[in-house]
Amino acid sequence: MAVVTRDSEPGAAAGASRPAAASRLLASMAGLDWLAKIWWAFLSISLFAGLWELCWAMGWADEKLLPPPHIFLSNIAEQGRYFNTATRWQVGQSMTEGPSAFESVLITGAATTGRVFAGLVIASVLAIAVGVLVRYYRFFDRLVLPTITLLSPVSPIAWLPVAIFLFGIGNAPAIFMVVVALFFHMVLATINQIDTVNTNLINVARTMGASKAQIYGRVIVPAILPGMLQVLRMNLFGAWMVVLVAESTGVGYGMGQVIMLARNTFNPSLVFFTIAVIGVLGFTFDWLLRLAQRRILYWLPDTAERLRVL
Amino acid sequence: MSSEDAPHFSSRDAVVCRGVGKTWAAGTKRAHEALTDIDLDIKPGEFVVFLGPSGCGKSTLLYLIAGLEDATKGRVWSFGDLVETPSPQRSLIFQETSLFPWLTVWENVSFGLSIRGAGKEERRTVAAEALQRVGLKAAMDKRPDELSGGMRQRVAVARALAMRPKVLLMDEPFAALDVQTRARMQDFLLDVWRDSGASVLFVTHHIDEAVALADRVVVFTSRPGRIKTIVPIDMPRPRNLFSREAENLRIKLTDLLRDEVDRAFAEQEAFAVPA
Ligand SMILES: Nc1ncnc2c1ncn2[C@@H]1O[C@H](COP(=O)(O)OP(=O)(O)OP(=O)(O)O)[C@@H](O)[C@H]1O
Ligand SMILES: [Mg+2]
Repeated sequence: MAVVTRDSEPGAAAGASRPAAASRLLASMAGLDWLAKIWWAFLSISLFAGLWELCWAMGWADEKLLPPPHIFLSNIAEQGRYFNTATRWQVGQSMTEGPSAFESVLITGAATTGRVFAGLVIASVLAIAVGVLVRYYRFFDRLVLPTITLLSPVSPIAWLPVAIFLFGIGNAPAIFMVVVALFFHMVLATINQIDTVNTNLINVARTMGASKAQIYGRVIVPAILPGMLQVLRMNLFGAWMVVLVAESTGVGYGMGQVIMLARNTFNPSLVFFTIAVIGVLGFTFDWLLRLAQRRILYWLPDTAERLRVL
Repeated sequence: MSSEDAPHFSSRDAVVCRGVGKTWAAGTKRAHEALTDIDLDIKPGEFVVFLGPSGCGKSTLLYLIAGLEDATKGRVWSFGDLVETPSPQRSLIFQETSLFPWLTVWENVSFGLSIRGAGKEERRTVAAEALQRVGLKAAMDKRPDELSGGMRQRVAVARALAMRPKVLLMDEPFAALDVQTRARMQDFLLDVWRDSGASVLFVTHHIDEAVALADRVVVFTSRPGRIKTIVPIDMPRPRNLFSREAENLRIKLTDLLRDEVDRAFAEQEAFAVPA
């Protein structure tokens, strides 16, 4: 690699190119690290699938009820027919027209992911804003906190009729469901995070003459950010659950509706195929969030490795 | 109390405490008297060390003087103004590290300037200067997590200095440092103090440190903290800490302190035995 570098940059002195080559080597090592991670993920999933296949081969798992991966993944084209039903079953459109099976899976997956994402963004922005306002203004605290505390234990499922009354069908009710499922908890979590900010940090800012707004903007918000992103990640799974429920009860097309369809037509292959797709989507989403987390929270040390020495 | 009626205090001293007392969680079942009857006058440019058993309210008194907490009794003035809120004139260096983990070292040091809206160039210059003084200029762009406990505390000192306070309140700032570093930090602190003309109120458990630094040592009783005695030290600086005079002072302060620590422990034992 170093040789290539020197050839491609003939002007560079050998001494100067050495550290560059070294850092490039390091970068490729980091790439290997990344590869290793994928390899382990692959191994982990293969092990799980292998066990399942084994159960099937031994005849313990009935393939009509628990079809193993090689069966439910074998006929993607077949399964794909059931995805993106909204476009497929439009009036005047035949089954052969419209997007291909693969495209349908993508469109449906994207629709559901989009709803989760939109709900998550709306819920976190609103919740952080309300949480901060509650602590910032005494009167706001007294005015809204009782209602929020009252509503937070209500199951999001109970909101489903409300979503349909208010928004009919389509994207809006599904997004609304995600927002409702997250918002109240996240407000309470924000308040809790604010209350546990290290007093010394606030006092430092106070002795330096910071105004209330400055203390909130420059101390409290950065201080609660790590906790808030953690809360967000925890709630991501809740959001995925709720969006499926919302979709399955007919407030739109999406993964939830496919699951419902599979249930009603007794199609285990389709159920597992959908589960697999949801799994991949959820995993990717969480991974992206973790990536964002590391970017935003640049100051936090990586503590995942600290117990490895034990 | 006469001081309660007087909204202004004629004394222009750096800090004036009159009848100051603090009860934490006053009016509740957990009420806890930390300080009582503190009368104290600190001249501009004076170096005063607080010495007392653990838990006697030294940190509490610094909080009251800083304006971070309200006294439950009495009043505090600074340069003739009643202390009601914190002010950049009075910088407090906390007993525990209190750097902002999301800011770099230099951003931490210049935090106070950024509050006032200073530009980046100015902030960096001031931070570099302050960090130079604590020997950490090289660590400017590091994050607090990458520093040792002692280094963090020095950054906190630099941050307080960058505010150019008139009263510097220091709560055991060098407790985490090794003996050599502490000696250097003491020398450096004396330099800064001489240059700035600020008053310094310095809490420590180390009698050596008190002898090395103080114009006056305020010795506290065990909780609730009162002023037991004030010991003036008029040894010229730089001080010879191995002189007979220094040795006598150490003995005197050790005796004063031992009485109080004994008393604090005796009280605790009395608590433990159900009456
Ligand atoms: N925020 C607080 N709330 C309630 N009680 C407190 C608080 N801070 C301190 N106290 C109590 O007040 C008393 C004095 O505490 P303070 O921290 O001032 O002691 P100190 O002299 O600084 O002790 P040390 O030398 O160990 O730091 C202690 O008994 C402590 O329990
Ligand atoms: Mg203390």
